[in-house]
Amino acid sequence: MHTFKAHEIRDKIKSKELSSQEITKAFLDRIDAVEDKVESYVTVLADEAMKAAKAVDEKIAAGEEVGALAGVPMALKDNLCTKDVLTTCSSKMLYNFRPPYDATVAQKLKKADTVLLGKVNMDEFAMGSSTENSYFKKTKNPYDISKVPGGSSGGSAACVSADEAAFTLGSDTGGSIRQPAALCGCVGMKPTYGTVSRFGLVAFASSLDQIGPLTKDVRDCALVYDQIVGYDPMDSTSVNREYASFEDALTGDVAGLKIGVPAEYMGEGISAPVQKAVMAALESFKGLGADYSEMHLPLNEYALPAYYMISSAEASSNLARFDGVKYGFRAEKFDDLVDLYAQTRSEGFGAEVKRRIMIGTYALSSGYYDAYYKKAQQVRTMIMQDFDKAFETYDVLVTPATPTTAFGFGEKTDDPLQMYMADICTVSVNIAGLPAVVLPCGYDENGLPIGLQIIGKPFGEAAILNAAYALEKTISKVKPAL
Amino acid sequence: MKISKEEVLHVANLARLKLSDTEAEALAKDMESIIGFANKLNELDTDGVVPTAHAIPMSNAFREDVVKPSYDRDAMIKNAPSADEGGYTVPKVVE
Amino acid sequence: MKYETVIGLEVHAELKTKTKIYCGCKNEFGGEPNTHTCPICTGMPGTLPVLNKTVVDYAIKAGLAMNCSITKYGKQDRKNYFYPDLPKAYQISQFDLPLCRNGYIDILVDGETRRIGITRIHIEEDAGKLVHNDYDGTSMADYNRCGEPLIEIVSEPDLRSPEEARIFLETLKSILEYTEVSDCKMQEGSLRCDVNVSLRPEGQKEFGTRCEMKNINSFRAAVRSMEFEQKRQEEVLSGDGVINQETRRWDDVKGVSTVMRTKEDAQDYRYFPEPDLLPIIVSDEWIEEIRGTIPELPEQRKARYIDAFGLPEYDAFLLTSSKKTADYFDETVSLGAAPKTVSNWLMGDIAKLLNDKELESGDIPFTPAQLKSLIDLIEKGTISNSAAKKVLNELFNNPEEPEKIVDRLGLSQVSDEGELQKMVQEVMAQNPQSIVDYKAGKDRALGFLMGQVMKLSKGKANPQVISKMLKDALDQA
Repeated sequence: MHTFKAHEIRDKIKSKELSSQEITKAFLDRIDAVEDKVESYVTVLADEAMKAAKAVDEKIAAGEEVGALAGVPMALKDNLCTKDVLTTCSSKMLYNFRPPYDATVAQKLKKADTVLLGKVNMDEFAMGSSTENSYFKKTKNPYDISKVPGGSSGGSAACVSADEAAFTLGSDTGGSIRQPAALCGCVGMKPTYGTVSRFGLVAFASSLDQIGPLTKDVRDCALVYDQIVGYDPMDSTSVNREYASFEDALTGDVAGLKIGVPAEYMGEGISAPVQKAVMAALESFKGLGADYSEMHLPLNEYALPAYYMISSAEASSNLARFDGVKYGFRAEKFDDLVDLYAQTRSEGFGAEVKRRIMIGTYALSSGYYDAYYKKAQQVRTMIMQDFDKAFETYDVLVTPATPTTAFGFGEKTDDPLQMYMADICTVSVNIAGLPAVVLPCGYDENGLPIGLQIIGKPFGEAAILNAAYALEKTISKVKPAL
Repeated sequence: MKISKEEVLHVANLARLKLSDTEAEALAKDMESIIGFANKLNELDTDGVVPTAHAIPMSNAFREDVVKPSYDRDAMIKNAPSADEGGYTVPKVVE
Repeated sequence: MKYETVIGLEVHAELKTKTKIYCGCKNEFGGEPNTHTCPICTGMPGTLPVLNKTVVDYAIKAGLAMNCSITKYGKQDRKNYFYPDLPKAYQISQFDLPLCRNGYIDILVDGETRRIGITRIHIEEDAGKLVHNDYDGTSMADYNRCGEPLIEIVSEPDLRSPEEARIFLETLKSILEYTEVSDCKMQEGSLRCDVNVSLRPEGQKEFGTRCEMKNINSFRAAVRSMEFEQKRQEEVLSGDGVINQETRRWDDVKGVSTVMRTKEDAQDYRYFPEPDLLPIIVSDEWIEEIRGTIPELPEQRKARYIDAFGLPEYDAFLLTSSKKTADYFDETVSLGAAPKTVSNWLMGDIAKLLNDKELESGDIPFTPAQLKSLIDLIEKGTISNSAAKKVLNELFNNPEEPEKIVDRLGLSQVSDEGELQKMVQEVMAQNPQSIVDYKAGKDRALGFLMGQVMKLSKGKANPQVISKMLKDALDQA
């Protein structure tokens, strides 16, 4: 039962073939069975979930109107605020933080009558590409538990991949939904900046962060996006516009679709199996009536350095509020106020978070602002122009989602730059605010999933989801053996 | 690109981070390589290029001046590591 | 060597919007600690600011009233620093694109108009308050004030003396009151200022090194701190010393300032554009709409008082420097009172009593109609000038209709000729020598007799009436 997709569960509950309590229980049992191997959860809300499921069942029994995803069990990344429920960002700094408010997405999913199973693991404050930076635990890749699930939404991806929830939400600042989705063989989408409210998402880099779904298939991705998309007056950067159903837009028809394949994403550094799988997928697209051709995004190599300057600078400011005064961790021993701050922040943050705070503080400090932060924002303009030009010719762009399949624990932790390279295929999309979906397009010789990324124009979610939907039908999926 | 230990300690002080000697040395090395990597941006001529703060161009997001209820004080303060008489407490501030 | 003082001011005024700048919490002074807060104004993780449009309206209004040009494309920035009254560890402010720029206000110094430049006006959020507990060595943070909207008004270094700076502050305050963007209540901290002072040898063009004074809680303190700083710098310079660029803390109790920060440990605020907020684009229509809401300003009102009422410039300036006073003046005059008489009352006895009772100028506890009645009572001769002062006192303590006060205190003058005639006859009968003296040309005798009649009437006799009666009676004697 736990292998059911979200849309299947929705339909079965609606037709009363299945109760929310049955399916919730099935997922809780699944969590019991595999969680000590996968370790995707920070908090499991077993009692609360059963209670919520019961309430949905009662509503249905009483003939009351229910939300669009009534009774569907899901989990949220632990940087999405949930009222009175632990929201730790997988950091010692927030080990005991229970926000007195819900993130807008959490509220929307409550309104859709979903059942919250728990909060899932991540790289501390969403900084990382392997979820090894969690203060609490190391989440494993369900396809090979000696490999990382990717990050920072590694918990969200592993959780879905291991069937520990019907779907999850993650956040994506430089690839944090798409890279783990690729490594764990699930579908993940980073929507256009401003389409999903960031209210209640503990900020990493405000101008890049975006919340999105991680799901078992493309239809689920569309239907979850349908529930979380929309204008929110609580978020100034939320776009005020109307959205038609993305699920309804899934036709599977890609005849005449013009696909651009940026050469810069297919060259050096991209492993052979990944290149091969992506090329095969492009041929599949061709078979479906689409057309692809190689093109160029010459500024791509500047996306990663620009990303690290912008994201670290914003993070250094966003994370300054964690000082041991208002919430979360406070150091036990300190001499005075300044020492309270320094001691708390030094003990409460992990190494990677400190590294980014240092980089960001440096980039903003007197004398360096123009050289790093402003320069990066200018390069950002140029990268956006690159994409604008590309979209004059192409409907969507297709690239690998990651340079390689899942890597081993500890493999990249010694060299931060090498770890940053794991996001080489994904960061430019955040820089330009574009939507992009990742789905599995094959497996390497060790059976590890390979992700393919489809990038769209701003607000082009319907087009990329539909392309992914069409391609998905040509791929034979392999479930992880747990 | 050379970043000295003193520079690292200055930045750490701005960021209110306390670093051990080994941490400071390791960070100096990391920062050198990351900032060095960022210097790649200097290959591009950005003269006259307008910086982009948000990828989706928007402006004037306002709220009407309408009162909403404040939060219950206990709900606000319950997360505080140290609170007394309805306030967040810190070691005495001397400037 | 003689030195010229150069002063520039940074004034923070709290805007009187209904809600805070970025959330819907009430913008209200005081309250139990942390009872006017929410996750947004305390910057809890994941929360986001949304700008109150009225804050922008008010800032533009203040800018227009100070002859500024309005920035068409503005943005907000983060000013980063750690302090327990600043829960996000950054203050949302404006750095390089403030809403208003390049304005001025005219002030009247010794009868001369001086034009003082306004460099900029920007919007920002206020910080909270710290309450220190000396017993257990802790401080408590109260975030009620966090997120209350402020405008910071920065003047050019155009002021040349503490007195000029005081007049500038008064004028600025009156503009803020006139435009109704701020309550300007000093005691509630809704108007605060930082002061920059430097000295230069007279005739020199370049500015000297300046020092900034913080922790100034009243205009009086501002003036005192400037006077202190002026003297301190003069002494240093005269002794061939060097002024260090520094921030000094003013101690109003001790009347001295001490070094708070030197230039070397100046803070690095790491300003950058606030990514959670969008650019503020101000259209011409918006500016004109706001311009339409600006009332007659002190400068215009002053001109009207001079032209229409023939008031001296000094009167007009003082009356208009407080909107409340000017409104009070206008209303009393509109009831038919003579402008100069009303002006004399407002600037004289009423101002003195307000000051004695530590009330803000314009906070007059009785109505313009009551003042008009008081003036009428004097003009009709019902009460004497000295009785009028008693009535005024009573109006402050127990405001009711002046006629009733006159009755209650028995202050009306005796103008009844029959009764007065009797008194005059009585006094003359008792003082024959004075009659002789008067006849002999000693004018003092008349004064003495007047005094005797006043005494007999217990001070209620109308002096003009008895003076005439006495003279008539003496001439016939």
